[in-house]
Amino acid sequence: MASKGELILEVRDLVKHFPLTQGIVVKRQIGSIKAVDGVSFDLHRGETLGIVGESGCGKSTLAKLLMALETPTSGSVRVAGKDLATAKGADLKRIRRNIQMVMQDPYTSLNPRMTVGDIVGEPFEIHAEVAPKGDRRKKVQDLLEVVGLNPDHINRYPHQFSGGQRQRIGIARGLALQPEIIVCDEPVSALDVSIQAQVINLLERLQDEFGLAYIFIAHDLSVVRHISDRVAVMYLGKVVEIGKDTEIYDRPSHPYTQALLSAVPVPDPEGRESRERIILQGDPPSPANPPSGCRFRTRCWKAQEICAQEEPLLQIRPGVGHPSACHFAEAHDVVHATG
Amino acid sequence: MKNPSVDTHLLPADNLGTAPLLAVDNLHVEFKTRQGLVRAVNGVSYALHAGETLAVLGESGSGKSVTAQAIMGILDMPPANIPKGEIRFRGTDLLKLSDNARSQIRGQQIAMVFQDALSALNPVFTVGWQIAEMFRVHRGMSKKAAYAKAIELMDRVRIPAARQRVNDYPHQFSGGMRQRIMIAMSIALDPEVLIADEPTTALDVTVQAQIMELLAELQRDSNMAMILITHDLGVVADVADKIAVMYGGRIVENAPVHDVYKNPAHPYTKGLLESIPRVDLKGQELYAIKGLPPNLLDMPTGCAFHPRCPYRQDDCVTDVPPLHEISGTRSSACHYWREVLDGVQG
Ligand SMILES: Nc1ncnc2c1ncn2[C@@H]1O[C@H](COP(=O)(O)OP(=O)(O)OP(=O)(O)O)[C@@H](O)[C@H]1O
Ligand SMILES: Nc1ncnc2c1ncn2[C@@H]1O[C@H](COP(=O)(O)OP(=O)(O)O)[C@@H](O)[C@H]1O
Ligand code: SF4
Ligand code: SF4
Ligand SMILES: [Mg+2]
Ligand SMILES: [Mg+2]
Repeated sequence: MASKGELILEVRDLVKHFPLTQGIVVKRQIGSIKAVDGVSFDLHRGETLGIVGESGCGKSTLAKLLMALETPTSGSVRVAGKDLATAKGADLKRIRRNIQMVMQDPYTSLNPRMTVGDIVGEPFEIHAEVAPKGDRRKKVQDLLEVVGLNPDHINRYPHQFSGGQRQRIGIARGLALQPEIIVCDEPVSALDVSIQAQVINLLERLQDEFGLAYIFIAHDLSVVRHISDRVAVMYLGKVVEIGKDTEIYDRPSHPYTQALLSAVPVPDPEGRESRERIILQGDPPSPANPPSGCRFRTRCWKAQEICAQEEPLLQIRPGVGHPSACHFAEAHDVVHATG
Repeated sequence: MKNPSVDTHLLPADNLGTAPLLAVDNLHVEFKTRQGLVRAVNGVSYALHAGETLAVLGESGSGKSVTAQAIMGILDMPPANIPKGEIRFRGTDLLKLSDNARSQIRGQQIAMVFQDALSALNPVFTVGWQIAEMFRVHRGMSKKAAYAKAIELMDRVRIPAARQRVNDYPHQFSGGMRQRIMIAMSIALDPEVLIADEPTTALDVTVQAQIMELLAELQRDSNMAMILITHDLGVVADVADKIAVMYGGRIVENAPVHDVYKNPAHPYTKGLLESIPRVDLKGQELYAIKGLPPNLLDMPTGCAFHPRCPYRQDDCVTDVPPLHEISGTRSSACHYWREVLDGVQG
């Protein structure tokens, strides 16, 4: 199922460095935080690419770059063949319309003083061509219906809804401009377990209905597996492994992917004593000062001299079959292994 | 509408015959708020033996933390009030003790790790000072001896270079390290019971694995009993001996961990387990419990789960289900637990 349709998003060598400054009156740049540091991938129409990785590895910064909410330091984002950085006028407007976002926190991402109707209909203010003024109310009510909310609640305020319902409001707003791509940054993390499944089902139904492509950022690896066609694993601003869901989950080849997967608790107590677990020591290093060579080497149990000297490129490695950024990549099923 | 209470002899007790170390019995906690009386805990019962890990599972607002705060004796009263129930530690009802006697138990015999370590630690004191304070106040140690103990504990919870970092402030540590410092403080006085309230919810899975391993190791070393509050079905499956599932301020199911995952006896537990994404069901719709968690200001009549329950019958709307004993170690607050166990939907 990997490539369902034509290429819709091309990300090439994308870099975002935030300046690290010192001094209060006169700010001096003393370095930079390498939040996203050379990320490339493709996304096809109707496809879901999951993005996983530890806190601070650059997932949200990547999302903001895709949304043009941040300007890249270098690299490019092409949406349906048009370069985000150089597009102007009507082209730029079209690109922006075509890629929308659903945020993590349903409690803070909606303006509390706006009604649901205003929130969902706000994108029409900028893109009036999608819904002429007279049609808007009806359009918004249709959108509420699509995401499973009562269209009669159009005049209510966010605080009158539960977390799961607010996330639906955020999704309705994301759908308003009929985009082809939706970037979901932790869309279910703040929700209760019993509500998460409802929202995931909704996202999947909308994808089928409208042929949407998703970038799905989440830290719950089982949710990511459920929804994704392909998965990219990030570590300190870089993609260290990318492949089909089965390739990443059943045959992970990068030590970091293996450690990440083995750390996920399995919701079944049977055999828990004999499960293989790779417990990483310490925290990820600071993105202001990443290790030379392979960025994972300070926590890697397989590290050799070459790992400090030579950066392992994200490429297909012998015996692996999908791109992996490790000199010693070796497929190994950690989830089903017992040791 | 009857309000069922539970005798402790109905509580799961793996060590039948030995009295539990800690027993919460028919606990009720309510809060006076502007909107009205919030009945946050409506008859919670669970028990714990030395060395045991009890996982308390439930979604946010189900009363997990309020129960824990009642055990610790850290609820502000008012607005909180405990109209009914007992919390017995080694047979003594803590609710009947003087404030002074309770503060002796707090920290020394029963200690707690909070979800949000950053707000639980004092930002204006160094972590070393905060850990050492435990030893100065409760053990009457000298400043120097207390600091030495603090460094030893930081080592024990594997803070790298503990000696160099003892004078750092909480904000200078990562989330995972702050949680280790919280754990260091909580185990400082060798408590018999440790309550860990969502200790890893804010952390990455890799750090979560480190913290859970640390807690298991500390528990093995000292035979400490642990109440692990969480909403993560994976974490529960990994570490719990037994489970108490909460819904709308009540325990709906009490059981040994293997039994629950093999065959849940309450429709809510069953729904939660079924909504976990499974590899063999990829591409299919996830099972989802319909509807919303209950509003404590406007609780459904009868069984609080009835508006969402696929097993509901007419009496569920009117009669509160008592905690039925299924076996010596299991109970379920469902009129139709037999049907649920057999998987026969009503
Ligand atoms: N505006 C900014 N200025 C400086 N540094 C920033 C800025 N935004 C992000 N960063 C840094 O960039 C790195 C990546 O941050 P980002 O928010 O993308 O992480 P993330 O992967 O989304 O993490 P999480 O899982 O916690 O959401 C972090 O070190 C962060 O502190
Ligand atoms: N100080 C308080 N005043 C009023 N209501 C409270 C207070 N503390 C907790 N509650 C309410 O009690 C219920 C249970 O809360 P809690 O035990 O924190 O849930 P959880 O299961 O998520 O830990 C919630 O509805 C919460 O809003
Ligand atoms: S390149 Fe070296 S340090 Fe990096 S993951 Fe592979 S073995 Fe480990
Ligand atoms: S008592 Fe009735 S409504 Fe409640 S869980 Fe059991 S079957 Fe469902
Ligand atoms: Mg983020
Ligand atoms: Mg809580």
